[in-house]
Amino acid sequence: MMKLTRANVLTGTLTSAVLAATLMTAGCQQEAAAPAGIEPQIFTDSLFAVMKSDRTNYTKMIVQRLGPNNGDFIKPNEHWEDMAEGAPLPAQMFRYGAEGVAEMTDDFTYSLQSIWPINSQNAPKTPMEKEGLQYVSDNPGQNFYGTETLGDQDYFTAVYADVAVSPACTKCHNEHKDTPRTDFKIGDVMGGVVIRVPL
Amino acid sequence: MPGELTHGHHQIELQCSACHTSPFGGDEVLQDACVTCHADELKLALDSHPKTKFTNPRNADLVKVLDARYCASCHSEHNPDITRPMGVTHPEDFCVQCHQDIGEERETHQGLGFETCASAGCHNYHDNRALYEDFLLKHQDSVTPTDRRQLPSELKDYLLSMGTTWEKRTQPSAAAEQVMTDEIHADWLASAHGQAEVGCDSCHTNESSGEWIEKPSTEQCQGCHAAETEGFMAGKHGMRLAAGLSPMTPAQAHIPMQSANAHKELTCNSCHGAHEFNRVDASTTACLTCHADDHSKSFFDSPHGSLWLEVEQGVRPMEEAVSCATCHMPREENTVFGQKVVQVQHNQNANLRPNEKMIRPTCMNCHSLSFSIDALADPVLIHNNFNGQPAEHIRSIDMAVERDQSYQDRLNQP
Repeated sequence: MMKLTRANVLTGTLTSAVLAATLMTAGCQQEAAAPAGIEPQIFTDSLFAVMKSDRTNYTKMIVQRLGPNNGDFIKPNEHWEDMAEGAPLPAQMFRYGAEGVAEMTDDFTYSLQSIWPINSQNAPKTPMEKEGLQYVSDNPGQNFYGTETLGDQDYFTAVYADVAVSPACTKCHNEHKDTPRTDFKIGDVMGGVVIRVPL
Repeated sequence: MPGELTHGHHQIELQCSACHTSPFGGDEVLQDACVTCHADELKLALDSHPKTKFTNPRNADLVKVLDARYCASCHSEHNPDITRPMGVTHPEDFCVQCHQDIGEERETHQGLGFETCASAGCHNYHDNRALYEDFLLKHQDSVTPTDRRQLPSELKDYLLSMGTTWEKRTQPSAAAEQVMTDEIHADWLASAHGQAEVGCDSCHTNESSGEWIEKPSTEQCQGCHAAETEGFMAGKHGMRLAAGLSPMTPAQAHIPMQSANAHKELTCNSCHGAHEFNRVDASTTACLTCHADDHSKSFFDSPHGSLWLEVEQGVRPMEEAVSCATCHMPREENTVFGQKVVQVQHNQNANLRPNEKMIRPTCMNCHSLSFSIDALADPVLIHNNFNGQPAEHIRSIDMAVERDQSYQDRLNQP
């Protein structure tokens, strides 16, 4: 298992970019260089940007606005499928996205995890998940990157902090019957998004 | 054949290609075959463990122990010696592989055997619609008032609700006249078909060739009764037809049947009776024509059967009747073309296994959730057709209530 910090991965990426640019310049004089692929970190950072944006929007624009804030038009609930007015919880919405992606491609996978999970199946399991979740919790604003081997396959694994963006997040998690932690505040790191790219 | 098939597949054992769709390919080919027939019911059951929960590489260690991405990991066929109820061939400790923490952390679950999770009326691997904690709490002490669902009163309404149109044919064709008897005519006239003027040729004529069909088959029925035929074909009664085989006969069943009718073939008309299409007969008399297991034979001695007999004697309204079909082919409210319609589920297996599937669509129409769970967990009661009280009380609702009470106390602490 190799752990890469944010700094050295960035250096690595830049070095590759400079190298690629040099090769391309050289290629103009000799032969065309093979097109450079996207660095795994840029790939996962970009994926996370989309995920975070969608996740925040669903939580703020749908769950908080139409649930507690506005007369309970919808009732976000784990068992939403069994309720006429139910809507998926933000964490479920995120999982459905991940499951939908898994049906379309094996090029990356992602999941939402936490050191303080309501569903214990969402606790970090692999050593790298445990380390990464702890790292993003201890170092707000920083991401965690590394490589790990799972079931005979090597992965580039990135962990991003999942931050409480709305009272819908903190209230539900603090008051849930199964929560192991009851003092979340807006802005706290509540868990992390783990994205894996097979190498 | 390498080994006998389970109760769920032996009917189509001569149609190897129903599952082995290709001589090449392994797990994926078999998985596709499982999904082709069972995907819809799993979706309807809000499957608690869909494949999608296991494809993430973080579950690689779990998948090594129990590869839940494939149905056949737990439900392997041709293995009669290790096949347990529900066609499960995996050892009984499958829950513990992932959820051992529950047994350790939850006070209510400490000391419970690993084999009791899914065998004691508490949990099911796939279908927990009547068993999940919030549902248990919601229905902890309620008896849902009987709300017997009605089929549309006239066939016309029913067909229109299905988006079906038909041409009224009251005058029999020449071909029909040749075989018509007074009895056939009287039966038809009294039937829903007769009332809606669905005449002889509607069923007895091949629409494209115009040829007379002496014995209309499911093919003709499904022209109007598509949902019912689909259900029939999906269940044990019709699955041979669906696989391109001859109709099922009682002789081929693995459960006790009336020997006198061993070779009767099962089509729509076997239960509904050509021309009279008597829905009342189809709901009990027809079943007992073939079924001769203890549960079936005990029906008339049971409280359910007593209600049925009282309805037959005219001392109780039809709305209070309990027939075989009330539980095994329940009336379901479905949305068709945006309209709520009541349909009879003709797949008699749809709510049979695990039997907790029966709780919401049938039992809870008359009984409390608690009683339903207890009764369905009692094999003796099932055997004697629910003649008596459950021997044991399943504590799942109590556990949920206790846990909820301590949660409320915690919330209310200053």
